[in-house]
Amino acid sequence: MDDLIGEFLTETNESLAQLDTELVRLEQEPNNHEVLSCIFRLMHTIKGTCGFLGLPRLEAVAHAGENILGKFRDGELAVTPDAVTLILRCIDAIRDLLGALEATGHEPDGDDSALIAALNRMANGEVAQAPFSPPSVGVEVSESGPVFAEDGFPVAAELLAEVEAALARGEVKPALPAPPPAPAPSPAPQPRSGMEEPRDSASPAATIRVQVGVIENLMTLISELVLTRNQLLQTQRVQRTNEFKVPLQRLSHITSDLQEGVTKMRMQPIGNAWNKLPRIVRDLSVDSGKKIELVTKGADTELDRQVLEMIKDPLTHMVRNAADHGIEMPAQRRQCGKNESGTVTLEAYHEGGHIVIRIADDGKGLDVVRIREKILSKGLATESELAALSEQQVLHFIFRAGFSTAEQVTAVSGRGVGMDVVRTNIERIGGTIELSSVAGLGTTFLIKIPLTLAIVSALIVEVCGERFALPQIHVMELVRAGGRSASRIEKVKEAAVLRLRDSLLPLVSLRDLLQLEKVSSSADQFVVVTQVGAQSFGLIVDRVYDAEEIVVKPVAPILRGTSFYAGNTILGDGNVIMILDANGIASTISCGDLNDQRDTASTVRDISDTKAAFLLFAAKKRERKAVPLELVARIEEIEVPSIEDIGGRRVVQYRDRLMPLVPFSSDFSWPERGRLPVIVFSDGVRSMGLVVEHIIDVVDDRMSVELKAGQSGLIGSAIIAGSAVDIIDVGFFLRQAYDDWFSGSKIAEQGAVERQALLVDDSAFFRNLVAPLLRAAHLRVTMAADGAEALRLLEAGEHFDLIVSDIEMPQVDGLTLASEVKRDPRFQDTPMIALSSHVSEADKAAGQAAGFLHYISKADQANLAANLNVAVGASIHQLDNTRRAP
Amino acid sequence: MQTATSLKVRASSPTDFLSLVTFTVTDQTFGIPVTEVQDVLLLQAIANVPLGPKDVRGLINLRGRIVTVIDVRARLGLPPRTAAGGRAMGVTVESEGEFYTLLVDAVGDVVQHDCARREANPATLDPLWRDIADGIFTTEDTLLVVLNVTRLLAIRTR
Repeated sequence: MDDLIGEFLTETNESLAQLDTELVRLEQEPNNHEVLSCIFRLMHTIKGTCGFLGLPRLEAVAHAGENILGKFRDGELAVTPDAVTLILRCIDAIRDLLGALEATGHEPDGDDSALIAALNRMANGEVAQAPFSPPSVGVEVSESGPVFAEDGFPVAAELLAEVEAALARGEVKPALPAPPPAPAPSPAPQPRSGMEEPRDSASPAATIRVQVGVIENLMTLISELVLTRNQLLQTQRVQRTNEFKVPLQRLSHITSDLQEGVTKMRMQPIGNAWNKLPRIVRDLSVDSGKKIELVTKGADTELDRQVLEMIKDPLTHMVRNAADHGIEMPAQRRQCGKNESGTVTLEAYHEGGHIVIRIADDGKGLDVVRIREKILSKGLATESELAALSEQQVLHFIFRAGFSTAEQVTAVSGRGVGMDVVRTNIERIGGTIELSSVAGLGTTFLIKIPLTLAIVSALIVEVCGERFALPQIHVMELVRAGGRSASRIEKVKEAAVLRLRDSLLPLVSLRDLLQLEKVSSSADQFVVVTQVGAQSFGLIVDRVYDAEEIVVKPVAPILRGTSFYAGNTILGDGNVIMILDANGIASTISCGDLNDQRDTASTVRDISDTKAAFLLFAAKKRERKAVPLELVARIEEIEVPSIEDIGGRRVVQYRDRLMPLVPFSSDFSWPERGRLPVIVFSDGVRSMGLVVEHIIDVVDDRMSVELKAGQSGLIGSAIIAGSAVDIIDVGFFLRQAYDDWFSGSKIAEQGAVERQALLVDDSAFFRNLVAPLLRAAHLRVTMAADGAEALRLLEAGEHFDLIVSDIEMPQVDGLTLASEVKRDPRFQDTPMIALSSHVSEADKAAGQAAGFLHYISKADQANLAANLNVAVGASIHQLDNTRRAP
Repeated sequence: MQTATSLKVRASSPTDFLSLVTFTVTDQTFGIPVTEVQDVLLLQAIANVPLGPKDVRGLINLRGRIVTVIDVRARLGLPPRTAAGGRAMGVTVESEGEFYTLLVDAVGDVVQHDCARREANPATLDPLWRDIADGIFTTEDTLLVVLNVTRLLAIRTR
């Protein structure tokens, strides 16, 4: 292919992309003269260049488009959606022709007369009143014969017939005469040289196209240059020859600048990936009759070129999906009380070492029922498998191959190759995709692309002679500690803390974390105040250097096992340095106020050891009581005036529901005003508030529990923080609030037989915690300290209706116990519930394989009681069924 | 497996000679087919990777590329180098698109051996070594163990 044509193709394609965007803008702001002029110039340039290169078909189409644009510009024609649609069609036609030109090297044969005629009719104002309907154009025009532009020259069919004839003869050279002079507004292209025109055009700022390989190569060369520079500097320092000093310094600076420049060259704003989207959304809204607005934020967030290429298609697809499936028709939206026009939001930003791209629509949300049906009909899962899945898990099926929920296959989406391709593409660059959907409110996709490949600013720190990079995004501030500084690192037991203004900041020593050997002890230390999500902590380091812009490279596969590194990079001085992963570090710190859901889920809490967290509070007459923190959902202060009295029961509106309030002591006198501290227990749906005198503290302590049932409302006492404290029986208060809190209890009452439960746990604390909950469900509880003891009880002929067991126990663990029980025909119908602090999917599967019916997490603080309750109810129900069956 | 077939191909090709880059680790001489060696270098600044696998000595900058340095002694279960051992040498190889530099005691010559004279691994060889050795060439005074780079690097994943 001709070099000239190649250049023309690239340039024109760029102009077309810009035209798309500008036209949509024009439609929104029809009176923006600047936009109009810009569009006109772009189209004019295309036409002019085509003329110069002898591409008659292209020229004719562009000319007709330019005609209308000229009239727009001069105010002779109003900018209507129909007109814009027509011009967009004209652009599409040009694009098709260009595609063919690129593929074959010459203009394809064909007929554009219909389109050109339509364009000219529009230019003449003939169709301005009547809405233009694209499909009818062809027919209409072919019947109406040649069309004449307003100044009388035959633009369309006849001229084109000549063109076709010429082409048919195989003459593709500039055989055709230059196009007839354009109607009044458009300047004639002939006087100018076609090659000069691009420079006249308003194409985006001065850019040149460079092969990616060239840049990559340049990058490598510059790294070499930096190394050589460093060697020179080193030599110069040793030899102390002054004559090279100045030029070397200059060389050094220039090298640094050069390196920076080339690094930046690889980065592109993410906006480049979505500049086609306004057009897509606009077309879609016209085709479907929906009103859709596309809002983009953070288009200047920079991304590595490679990543950008990889996410381009997924993004386009997802925005299309949002517009096509997500947003409802205007009438439907009105019915739901929503704004008629729907919004699709596309947003990019840096967060926690990732680039996050958010695609949200305010449409109808994903239809879970439809998805379930689809999963079944496609055989992606069986009904029973599906029943066990949470709604969130069901939604994730849309990422499976061969899944598409579109009722009808539209031109836009619904071909069933969608979201799985999106997911694959994103995962290929090490990213993740999450979705959340609320019926009636919309769907949100969050794409997280890890730091890798992207450029970030990082703080360089040193500890024990080793340097590390910490992404600046996590660094809040730096504090010098020790030595002459006013701040110093203090210790609470072994935990290092720093007084930072009004708060106490937990500290982590990077040396200890990375298990480095102490080289020298300097008096000064630095604390890098780091923030990850809602969690703050200080990282103790020996020295802090400058911040540097770095390109993060993924670590070699061999090093991926360690969770403290986000990648590695080469610094300006040529040294390789590891990049710390603040998220990874944060997740190893067990912070009480860890808000990050993901981290709490993966944090394994060891409760089998008798260390436990308690909420201490004062009940009546300043008596100290405690409740296991596991059972507390929240702590609130309730305004007394907001408390209502319904039939002698106190309730308060809490989170859109009525929450019963139960005072700790029955002779509690309700005050007239003020605020009452309330401990909220919840099973996710229902909540209950325990009114106490005041909240004292949360203590995390080793403690010994003494079981001492008897007094109602208490399960025993314990030594916590050096003094004896009563531990309350949450079940007792729950029953005061809701008689039917324990759904299992109903069954038990109906049966009128008290069931026997065996509770196996090596932790006395946990036995004492769970036993009252079981008793509250009308079970008689026998306790065993480990699997061996449990087996002895069973061997001895004790009868149990239900076994609740810990998994990790000395000697005979829960899994062994379960398989033993299942093997014995006497007990094989006895339902078993596992209670464990290890709740990964693998653990659950192992538990189920061993014979556990339910698997409950000890660490799921707020829901322990509720989960246990549901499991007990279900187990007893099943037990009744199996017994009834034979 | 792949290596075995590729060796066979090489053996049947007109040049029946295998060129090997030789190096020593402790007293043992090893060889790697010269076609698999990217670079031989003197190791200078090695960046540590705290908490990394034992046999990863660190990372180096090899012409703008970050390369993982594998300590062959650690990998083969040999005692660590003493400080008096002089400057360490590195032999850079590629595996699945990643570069690795093998930290060795000294790099020797490139030698050619007749493929037909390659001896099988002795049955009594340490199982770890047997896994990474692709046979042995004998010379007058030494035994040259041919290293299978892919398998040498694969040990870590176990």
